[in-house]
Amino acid sequence: MSEVKNIILVGVGGQGTILASKILSTGLVEAGYDVKMSEVHGMAQRGGSVTTQVRYGQKVNSPIIDKGQADILVAFETMEALRWLDYLKPEGKVIVNDFRINSAPILMGKAEYPEGVLETLRNTVDTTVLNATEIAEGLGNVKAMNVVLFGAMVKAMNLTDIPWEKIIAANVKPKFVDMNVNAYKAGMTTDTK
Amino acid sequence: MRKLLTGNEAVTRGAYEASIAYASAYPGTPSTEILESLAEHKEIIAEWAPNEKVAIECVIGASISGARSLAAMKMVGVNVAADPLMSFAYSGVNGGMVLISADDPGLHSSQNEQDNRYYAKFAKIAMLEPSDSQESKDMIVAAMEISEMYYTPVLFRMTTRICHSKSLVEFGDRQEVTKKPYVKNLQRNYLVPAISQRLHIILEERLKQLEAFSNQTNLNFIQWNDKKIGIISAGAAFQYAQEVFGTTASYLKIGFSYPLPMEKIRAFAQEVETLYVIEELEPFMEEQIKAAGIACIGKEKIPRCGELNPEIIGKALLGVEKTLIQCDRSIVPSRPPILCAGCPHRGFFYELAKVKNVMVSGDIGCYGLGGADPLNAVDSTICMGASASIGHGAQKMFNKFNENMRVVGVMGDSTFFHTGMNSLLNVAYNRSNIITCILDNRITGMTGHQENPGTGFTLQGMPTKIIDILEVVKALGIDQIKVVNPLNLKEVKEALDWAIALAEPSVIITRWPCVLKKHSEKDRIEFGDYMGTCSVDEEKCIGCKMCIKTGCPALCFNKETKKVKIDVGQCVGCEVCLQVCPVKAINKVGE
Repeated sequence: MSEVKNIILVGVGGQGTILASKILSTGLVEAGYDVKMSEVHGMAQRGGSVTTQVRYGQKVNSPIIDKGQADILVAFETMEALRWLDYLKPEGKVIVNDFRINSAPILMGKAEYPEGVLETLRNTVDTTVLNATEIAEGLGNVKAMNVVLFGAMVKAMNLTDIPWEKIIAANVKPKFVDMNVNAYKAGMTTDTK
Repeated sequence: MRKLLTGNEAVTRGAYEASIAYASAYPGTPSTEILESLAEHKEIIAEWAPNEKVAIECVIGASISGARSLAAMKMVGVNVAADPLMSFAYSGVNGGMVLISADDPGLHSSQNEQDNRYYAKFAKIAMLEPSDSQESKDMIVAAMEISEMYYTPVLFRMTTRICHSKSLVEFGDRQEVTKKPYVKNLQRNYLVPAISQRLHIILEERLKQLEAFSNQTNLNFIQWNDKKIGIISAGAAFQYAQEVFGTTASYLKIGFSYPLPMEKIRAFAQEVETLYVIEELEPFMEEQIKAAGIACIGKEKIPRCGELNPEIIGKALLGVEKTLIQCDRSIVPSRPPILCAGCPHRGFFYELAKVKNVMVSGDIGCYGLGGADPLNAVDSTICMGASASIGHGAQKMFNKFNENMRVVGVMGDSTFFHTGMNSLLNVAYNRSNIITCILDNRITGMTGHQENPGTGFTLQGMPTKIIDILEVVKALGIDQIKVVNPLNLKEVKEALDWAIALAEPSVIITRWPCVLKKHSEKDRIEFGDYMGTCSVDEEKCIGCKMCIKTGCPALCFNKETKKVKIDVGQCVGCEVCLQVCPVKAINKVGE
């Protein structure tokens, strides 16, 4: 428990990184860890690139993760994984959603969505690719994509002993509990490509 | 009870525990959530003020009445509030009073990077600086006690990382503090020269007492480890310093940062071989420590610009270079914030961008994004409420020197109530023919939907008088006014053409709710609900990209097919693209 672990969630404003990190940090606190979490509000919400950082261990000082320090990088959008890759330890893991959201320069035809991001990631680091958006859609709500990715992250970080289903139930609206618990399970068990 | 809270939420808990009875603020990142979460406590009267000067004046009033009170604002807001702050320091408090300044090192969401610790020195008041959420709560309680013990307003200096980071907070019990009686006291509160001359002397004495307190309080504490390196630090920087040095250095942690505990600092400095002062932004502590004749290393190694982090400190002081993953990231295009799909500002800026020979004087809010690609319709953004006044000065000079330029000032509804009203009053009084546009989206948008005098609700959810912008504009002395629907491009264009032809001041009010706003009953009656989405007929689309120039994130140009596609998940059917299309290839579906 002594070593501090670092999880960085990245995506696009509105993708639900905040809810995922809220569930994560709540569970870590219940498991007895010291936890710090950092996010930036404000302009980033208007479709910008967003990051939430969670650190846990026996005693955590800095609330932010340095470059080269993250044990795992969870990217809710494909090219965001590459944008934030230098925050990962060389031996760290990437979980990436195979889902593209075009940024303003791409929409305007001034830039191209980069090709081969997944290949670059696979060739560089320990990478798990999943189509969380499709999985969530199959479960009835595309928005549960964040919880699918959360499930995959729990598995990768070996945090399966924490009673996540109970914590998810306490953090989403009653009518969405089953769907989110299923999304979590799907993320935990999904075959990756 | 132990909970994971942001610094802002922890401040609220502290305010509750310390029996703060009144709070006022104007929203501003990263301070906004303080009042939002205070509003949930029924024991506290929490209000949005139209601007920071008004907020702090209300809080001063509560203090004079004998109640404990709190004001919160982002750092540039303190500039607005500085006038009452500087003078109330002379009066001193009755009920305890704290001013939270939420600074933004790294400019995550601000127009400058000012270090507001200097305000404590400037106003000669006590200052506290928390380093995490636990301290954010505890120090609010301490601030109230210090404030009442020394009659000083307390500057409570936070930064984005403290405000928006979560860490564990152990709750304390609420202290039931009864309101002090109001006592008429001209010798303290009637700031005329004869009284203020005497109060200045008292203020200087108070500072000496505060320095003595600073030297003895545990808010400034020492952690002894190895004495080769000694570190003086405060705020978020203290956490970063600990991250980098761990137990290999000794620390003097400064929580009460003005006046500085110079005796404690001197004693600490004598025990350590090398003394580092690690602080974010300006050398606020370092300058004072060096002026006291104590040798230390600070800004010659630690950067003055931008937000600090452990990496920067480790590199600067220990020469640590980490191995990072090597990979070409230059292929990743930027992802800047943009106006939302369906934003009512889009149509207005699209038409404004087409007008020739204009200078567009912008303001602070979402509509600042009208200056970005592809709209590029803003020339300047300086500070809240400045659009009409900067525009007025520019227009007067263009006219005086016979330059063929017109000025359009652009502000939002909340900005109008903030200080835009004063600027417009000046336009009406001093008669420039600037065109002032008030983009009324029925809410304070950028900071995340706060009520304002125009919305009909208070911070604590009570229905209230709706202040009608049109009536205020008339009352300020503007005779030429048009109210338009910004989603109707023809209406916008005609209004701009009409105003440009005028030789006197004019105002255009665009009225449509923020696309993310939950409509009130009144909104629903006036504006209805969005229906359907827009769709491109690929047969008709000629790939001219006119619609793309509106910058709507729901539209995407496919380079292969040379056609535009609309993302139905994002499109709300505002119809701006539909009006722009020269070949009528965009239709409304699903109405």
